[in-house]
Amino acid sequence: MSPLATIFLQSTSFIDAMYIVAFSLFIYGMSGLTGPRTAVRGNKIAALGMVIAVIATLLTKGVLDGSSTPWLIALGLVLGTAIGIPAARNVHMTQMPQLVALFNGVGGGAVALISWIEYRHHFGGDYPLKVEIPSLFAAVVGSVSFWGSNIAFAKLQEILPGKPIKLPGQSMLNLALFVIAVGSAVALAAGTHSQALFILGILVAAAVLGNMVVLPIGGADMPVVISLLNAFTGLSAAATGIALNNTALIVAGMIVGASGTILTNLMAKAMNRSVPAIVAGGFGGAVAAPVGHAGAEGGTVRSTSAQDVAIQLSFARLVVIAPGYGMAVAQAQHAVRELERALEAKGVTVEYAIHPVAGRMPGHMNVLLAEADVPYDLLKEMDDINPEFSRTDVTLVIGANDVTNPAAKNEPGSPIYGMPILEVDKSAAVVVLKRSMASGFAGIDNPLFYNPKTSLLFGDAKASVAEITAEVQAL
Amino acid sequence: MGIVTELAILVLAAFVGFEVISKVPNTLHTPLMSGTNAIHGIVVLGGLLLMHEASGVLEHVLLVIAVMFGTINVIGGFLVTDRMLEMFKRKPDPVEPAKTEASKDEEAK
Repeated sequence: MSPLATIFLQSTSFIDAMYIVAFSLFIYGMSGLTGPRTAVRGNKIAALGMVIAVIATLLTKGVLDGSSTPWLIALGLVLGTAIGIPAARNVHMTQMPQLVALFNGVGGGAVALISWIEYRHHFGGDYPLKVEIPSLFAAVVGSVSFWGSNIAFAKLQEILPGKPIKLPGQSMLNLALFVIAVGSAVALAAGTHSQALFILGILVAAAVLGNMVVLPIGGADMPVVISLLNAFTGLSAAATGIALNNTALIVAGMIVGASGTILTNLMAKAMNRSVPAIVAGGFGGAVAAPVGHAGAEGGTVRSTSAQDVAIQLSFARLVVIAPGYGMAVAQAQHAVRELERALEAKGVTVEYAIHPVAGRMPGHMNVLLAEADVPYDLLKEMDDINPEFSRTDVTLVIGANDVTNPAAKNEPGSPIYGMPILEVDKSAAVVVLKRSMASGFAGIDNPLFYNPKTSLLFGDAKASVAEITAEVQAL
Repeated sequence: MGIVTELAILVLAAFVGFEVISKVPNTLHTPLMSGTNAIHGIVVLGGLLLMHEASGVLEHVLLVIAVMFGTINVIGGFLVTDRMLEMFKRKPDPVEPAKTEASKDEEAK
């Protein structure tokens, strides 16, 4: 390259212009995500923005100085690519929540490590507040996000049990850890120079806090938690951007922080719970009472056969399918799609009722059904489908429990009282596919099962659905 | 750049984030989350920017890990979002055979 070209490429305004192009592409790409038709292109546009941002950074004067620097950068990039590509390629759609948690975690980890280096560079010397405050903030939040996401991953992957794990005095412990992390950050910002304080007080305390906060959260609250941790990582990335004077980082990080916050609130609203209540611990404490109550109700459960269900469905006009996490676990989405086609061939109208927090991730059911080629206009959101249940002949509940539990409407004592639900009990008949009579993730009994209109078909969801489909086709 | 300018950028970016995302339908919440997840992997830039200032084995190792983490976040995030979104594309082909089967049934009757 001629010296003139080098000077031009490395000039600050040229680099800044590239950053502006990069974050414009992020914003443009993300607005493409608002519709299924434009979304694929939107994602690619955002990825192009990322490539431009990386190139701009590598062109920045001095960034590749030093004999080993380019090699170390290449090493990091190559390792990350070698791990990231196969992980993204090979994951099953049912494991998507875990993978998103994991990717989010490594992002948080990167933030925490970068803040640490940043601290070391200014250690004992000139550490202007403008650099110090954001990087201390990023260190705390990044560390919480890294460890919290890892626990979320372990829970979703069932390395750890999905049920809430609670220690005695946990909220006091969490508060203490929070005070230690923030207190250390304030002490460092006020001028205490201690590397040990940074590592122990911030990185370690925040790490333990991240573990402690996510451990007691039950599986059903995972969509909220993953979305919250995503917002955290975004905010910490924006803070890193301020510390490093990098516009692309500030804009991209903050957009993720803002969008993650909105998504978290949407999820929490769909469960009629507040974010602090979820973070303070799952349904764990309240489970005992309602279980006893439902036991007293002592309903009789009517079980049915695949053949009967097939007849019921074939002679219906409108069938609504309400899927839940059980469908994901059984990987039954393709079988469900087959059933839908078999019914449609008989002239039955089939729609899907999607509760906003069904599954373990916002929009989890939509992804699985899209994988099985279900046209997205058959997927109805809760508010659109609820008025339709009164004219529905049969509702087929596949591995969903808490999101269909009428106790949320009728029993003020229930831990999920007030949560908006799919009002499946309004349809003429309900068929529930279940593995066993075990209660849902939240551990709450479901009066729907004892409703005289309800019949249950026990067994693996995938096998049951396949059996019903075969019976429908044979009719 | 001054701190005030940077804070201004921060606030405006927050509004853009709110604005863009409040229009996303429930159907696309998972790809949205995984797409934004990929975008915060931009923190990899921090690792790139600091590498040449690093001294000592510890700092170099930490930064290589940070760059690796950020790259996993970016590449994995965008790829997996792409995979998910491809499934949301309208696919007329798989629907049609079902319809033809249905019409064949009609004819048979």
